[in-house]
Amino acid sequence: MYTFQIYTSGTDVKHIMPISDTARHGQQLYQDNNCVACHQFYGLGGYMGPDLTNVISNRGEPYARAFITAGSARMPNFGLSTAEIDALLTFLAFVDQTGTYPLENYSVSWIGSVAQVDDPQ
Amino acid sequence: MISDDPSFGGLRFMQLGMVALAIGMLFGVIGGFQFLFPEFLQELLFTKTRPMHVSMVIASIFLIAIGGIYFYLPRQCKLALFSVRAVSWHYWIFLTTGLAIIACYLSGKFGGREYFEFPPILSLPIFLSWIMFGVNYFKTVRQDKKPWPVYYWMWGTGIVFFFITYTESHLWLIPYFRDNMVREIMVQWKSYGALTGSWNMLVYGTALYIATRISGCDKYARSKLAFSLYFLGLFNLMFGWAHHTYFVPSETWIRTFAYFVSMTELYIFGKIIWDWRSSLEDWQKNRYCNAYRFLIAADIWVFVNLGLALIISVPAFNLFTHGTHITVAHAMGSTIGINMMVLLASVFYVIREELPNEVHANCSRQLRFGFWTANISLAVFFSALILAGIGKGVYDGASFQEMMTGIRPFLLAFTLSGVSMMVGFWIILWHGFRLMGKIIAPVRLSAAQAA
Repeated sequence: MYTFQIYTSGTDVKHIMPISDTARHGQQLYQDNNCVACHQFYGLGGYMGPDLTNVISNRGEPYARAFITAGSARMPNFGLSTAEIDALLTFLAFVDQTGTYPLENYSVSWIGSVAQVDDPQ
Repeated sequence: MISDDPSFGGLRFMQLGMVALAIGMLFGVIGGFQFLFPEFLQELLFTKTRPMHVSMVIASIFLIAIGGIYFYLPRQCKLALFSVRAVSWHYWIFLTTGLAIIACYLSGKFGGREYFEFPPILSLPIFLSWIMFGVNYFKTVRQDKKPWPVYYWMWGTGIVFFFITYTESHLWLIPYFRDNMVREIMVQWKSYGALTGSWNMLVYGTALYIATRISGCDKYARSKLAFSLYFLGLFNLMFGWAHHTYFVPSETWIRTFAYFVSMTELYIFGKIIWDWRSSLEDWQKNRYCNAYRFLIAADIWVFVNLGLALIISVPAFNLFTHGTHITVAHAMGSTIGINMMVLLASVFYVIREELPNEVHANCSRQLRFGFWTANISLAVFFSALILAGIGKGVYDGASFQEMMTGIRPFLLAFTLSGVSMMVGFWIILWHGFRLMGKIIAPVRLSAAQAA
């Protein structure tokens, strides 16, 4: 029952726009280049680079595009084509709308639990 | 070569596990240097070294634990293996798949999933070999008509749940899961948490088996406390994963369900070993001094990791520790301090049983040196990760590069202690590998003569 809940209503996030084919392609590129080795979504993944959950809304698409296109001291240039970079950015924008990480507006109860004030759920 | 000697396969698994661990640690050290100096060994990107490190170390846990089970059942529990040949097949499938995974990593072909960064097609032989292992295990232990000791239950549960959770970790291949980012992450981390619980079942079962054998008394393996540990571990395995996902926007009750769950398992495990330790006579401690030493180290690391786990499972603290190196300290502290110490206890228990005088006569000083080097280094390593995690936890999100520069001294301490820890473990592993080879040699010879 618990597992079924997680597979269905427990993770049925209504506000998320359906994923597009371009975002799906970006998701595949994210995996093919093993981006998880260095980056995180919701704090889950590698630690070499920053968390990317809200990179689009916090830094803007041009900022993310510049890093993916040219690389940096800590990140290699993966030699992606413009279409691939667009797809990757579309995927990051898709992830961005799923929620906020790290939390910005929250309250802590006396038992130590945390409630997100602007929880999209 | 396929030997019909029932104990041969288990020893080969353990040897391969030691090799995987030694190589996995080397890639961990390379990754540590790349963390500090991104231009270090640029041909071997961090996207390759990290999965090499993670996969090799996880493989070593499975290999040594599985090897112990394949060895203990026929050799000491006096249960004839259902199929000796299936053990060989299991070994060769594991080895061949492992080599294919390494080739994929080095050539840059990834599946890109945390923990399992290889193409998912390579999971098929892993599934196949696991089914063989499961059938072989249950068909073997069912010969024992008496009530099972707790370690049989733990091993069996670990086998079944690995199959279930490994399957679950591949649900992302189905668009229904993959297209919903929140569901995708929740199911992924649910499966990973439970998967870790499944290998903990294999490792804790091994620890209780060795403790029982060293004390020469079966009561720990049949005690209420041991079965409490088992049921609690099972509960934990199913529900204790959610502290990874407190801040993924799923239903609130799912996010907070495991708040208290994951705290209890380690405590009881620690208590059992502690009680067992105080019950031992000096001659028993001396006779199995290496296995005993590793088990006690595991027990101490249980308490250290328990303290950290308690803190990071409180959502108010998790808010600052999640996604930082404190999580890495928790993962590595548990993997190295608990799992590896227990599995090395298993290796040296086998060596003590099969070659009673070899360790004392030849390498007890080197082993002691390796043991203390590894453990002191692990303490520094663990502390450095916590300090680096605090540095990242208070990071305000402004400049990632500045934050990384700020925690650089801790990362330097982490990397250097990683080097000395690797040296300590290599000394231990070299002697373990070498001595296990001495056990295998006559078995191999007699099998060849029989052929």
